[in-house]
Amino acid sequence: MTVTVLILLLLALGAVGFFLGRARAMAASQGDMRRLHSLPNFYGWHGAIMAFLPALFFLTLWSIAQPLLIERQLAGFFPAEQFENETDRILLMADVRRVAQGIDSAVVAGALTPDQAIALNIADDDVRARLAEVGVALGSAVTAEVLQAAQSYRELASTGGLFRSIFTILIALGCLAYAIKITQADFRARNRVEAVALGMLMLASTIAILTTVGIILSMLSETIRFSTMYPFADFLFGLTWAPTFQGNSQLGLLPLLWGTFYISFVAMVVAVPTGIFTAIYLAEYASPRVRSVVKPLIEVIAGIPTVVFGLFALVTVGPFLREWIAEPTGLGTSGSSVMTAGIVIGILQVPFISSLTDDIMNAVPQSLRDGSYGLGATKSETVRQVILPAALPGIVGAILLAASRAIGETMIVTMGAGASAKLDLNPFEAMTTITVKIVSQLTGDLEFNSPETLVAFALGITLFVITLGLNVFALWVVRRYREQYE
Amino acid sequence: MTDAAAANPPQNPAKPSSSLLKQTDRMKQRNAAEARFKYYGIVAICVSLSVLFIMLWTIFSDGLSAFRQATFSFTVTLDAERLDPDGNRQRDEMMRVTTIGYTGLLNDNLIAYLGERGISTEGVTDKEIAAFISRDTPARLRHMVIADPSLLGQTIRFEGYATGRIDGYLKGRVTREIALLDVNISVAQLDLADRMVDDGLLSLKFNWGFLTNPDASDQRPEASGLGVAMIGSAYMMLLVAIMVLPLGVSASIYLEEFAPKNRWTDLIEVNISNLAAVPSIVYGILGLAIFINFAQFPQSSPLVGALVLTLMTLPTIIIATRAAIRAVPPSIRDAAMGVGASKMQVVFHHVLPLAAPGILTGTILGLASALGETAPLLLIGMVAFVANYPAGPFDGGILDPATALPVQVYSWASRADPAFIERSAGAIIVLLAFLLIMNILAIVLRRRFERRW
Repeated sequence: MTVTVLILLLLALGAVGFFLGRARAMAASQGDMRRLHSLPNFYGWHGAIMAFLPALFFLTLWSIAQPLLIERQLAGFFPAEQFENETDRILLMADVRRVAQGIDSAVVAGALTPDQAIALNIADDDVRARLAEVGVALGSAVTAEVLQAAQSYRELASTGGLFRSIFTILIALGCLAYAIKITQADFRARNRVEAVALGMLMLASTIAILTTVGIILSMLSETIRFSTMYPFADFLFGLTWAPTFQGNSQLGLLPLLWGTFYISFVAMVVAVPTGIFTAIYLAEYASPRVRSVVKPLIEVIAGIPTVVFGLFALVTVGPFLREWIAEPTGLGTSGSSVMTAGIVIGILQVPFISSLTDDIMNAVPQSLRDGSYGLGATKSETVRQVILPAALPGIVGAILLAASRAIGETMIVTMGAGASAKLDLNPFEAMTTITVKIVSQLTGDLEFNSPETLVAFALGITLFVITLGLNVFALWVVRRYREQYE
Repeated sequence: MTDAAAANPPQNPAKPSSSLLKQTDRMKQRNAAEARFKYYGIVAICVSLSVLFIMLWTIFSDGLSAFRQATFSFTVTLDAERLDPDGNRQRDEMMRVTTIGYTGLLNDNLIAYLGERGISTEGVTDKEIAAFISRDTPARLRHMVIADPSLLGQTIRFEGYATGRIDGYLKGRVTREIALLDVNISVAQLDLADRMVDDGLLSLKFNWGFLTNPDASDQRPEASGLGVAMIGSAYMMLLVAIMVLPLGVSASIYLEEFAPKNRWTDLIEVNISNLAAVPSIVYGILGLAIFINFAQFPQSSPLVGALVLTLMTLPTIIIATRAAIRAVPPSIRDAAMGVGASKMQVVFHHVLPLAAPGILTGTILGLASALGETAPLLLIGMVAFVANYPAGPFDGGILDPATALPVQVYSWASRADPAFIERSAGAIIVLLAFLLIMNILAIVLRRRFERRW
């Protein structure tokens, strides 16, 4: 019985539990609902929850534990030295699983009878060829040990599956029977059901923490593995980025960091003045009608997927800069460059900066403006000398957040900045960033035991730390220097 | 007192030269600065809006032509001798005639048709005429014949794609100057194409294939389409909606209505606001490490994509949902409590229904941003070349390899043939159309159902 069928069965049992619980409560009320502690539906829900949740919990635990136990059992088939190295063990187990699944699907497809499947052996049959017939491709020929282990795996898995189904259904029925038994007129069903519901809500809210923990743990563990293969100081302070397939790669972070910051700097040079002047105009000068048209239009920019900006950088901005600026001035011959990516990212960040700044400027009280006008200041003097200083912490926060987004931006730099890692000052040269290299190291066929692949996780954690640092710093600036108005 | 006031007329200002009606030099400077400052604002707005319009204009001018396709329409005699040598109409035996056999048949028919219509083929060899037909077309004819063997021996009107270069010539992308430099096409072939167009044999037609075909290899840009990408995106959006809505709503309800003020709640709050600002590619790394390497889910599958996008959009959806819940006035809660509802009943019977329009609006906008997300999907293998449609959603289709719309935009943009840039821009138009629909839906929902207290 597969897990899906089992879960469907549990759902059905839950539905049965609902009606049994409700009917039992109605019977206990002897026709007068006021005798019940809770509304009848709560008794129903109590039955449904008791039939479903404990069994589901058990099923989850079993599904996690079973492969681990089977793996331990299978260790006997292999010489001990093959199990010492963790990577080898994982590969070996993956082989065993694939062969076992292949035999299973051959049985399902009718290519083998169940008896034939058990009788398969390495001397008489070409297992790889037989599995290929049913569409299971194996990387290498099957060894006798792997086949034996796979047969044992199939046996253990099918016994395990049988016991799993039996125990799950028994637990569901047992809990349901208990729920029916304790359903009396004065049973506090509502309190129980609500406690379970509250528990579920709490569980959902911890997903945020689990995600953070998952991000940090997954990147940290691979980064630690990376540091056992490649000296970490060389990664942090290396001046060359030159991964090769043969090994002996040079994986220095600094050229990527330089490219990342250079492109983000260009982006901020474009985005900060444009965004702030847009916000000033919209908040202080524009008539309500102009504002109601222009503000949504600017925000459309933020809703367009970044891959669209990437294509725009690749097809329009890059060639334009090359033909009109880089080639006439002799600065470069490449369409993808720091300027291309920087300008396009800058435009992408304009709505972010302008809408945050707009909000902050609107929060500055009118009395400050009136005071300034009363002293004879013009509108621009008021903005420059009264409103901007008052709004400064918020604006700085917005700029820092925008910078963090520019650093983490991926598609525009992948399509518009180029792929060559170098330390150069010329903004019309192609350079590359951390995000581009994460993409290029983690796409295609991957081998998770070479430093060339694992370096992407080290780059990822670097990116995570930089952006997190900027975000936290931005929030701190806003909190520390915020002006409080009554 | 009045006399005294009248007796002392107000003194004239000390500097008679200064008048409110006449500007001083300093005032002129200040007014000029004022005008400049306002002008900067207008320039800033014009810069960002003009970039937006240039971008949309280039995308649409590049991409609209992807919806039309140079198509041949000519009569083909399906020679039974060639297509079914054994003559017994058995499917298995007909399968033995490969695409190459059909290619030869189509070429011969095209050359014969040209002769019939009296179109001069001067300066063009038969092989060069054969190169007019897309390599995808014989395969389609073969499918047609195998599906319906009764066609054999008949003469039918057949429509098939022309190759990418001819397609580009009809759309103005390939010119005679380019053809001189291109080994794949000659000027004489373009002349012949002109004569074919005059005859009506070759024309630009609306290209349904662009919306339904799967992706095609580098040599056949004319046959590539968005079918697999749209199915993949649809599966992912469906799964994301199924997962993110209950999770986001439950988490928001807990944090907004039940959570006590303590360290744990603070930790969750800080986490959510930080996760909303984590670069999307980091979620891709998370998906690769946890869902593919650790949990062993299949690469390139919509399920993994949906899990990653769910985790990514969850913080934004929680923030939007909490705002919607907070907008429900406390008087409603108090009234419900007053008639004896429990806290849980207040939330599920009163607060949630009233907040539903706001929650739905936020969710749709979150889904729209997930639909356009590319970077994390690259890392979980959705950029792979997928030529087969995934199975139906209930036949395990969510575990089959697929791509997504924005990823298809990226992978076409990174191919060498310029014909794929047109496809890439065309895919963006489709993507933007979906985003527009979702945003309009959100606006309509907000206008119609959102209540202000």
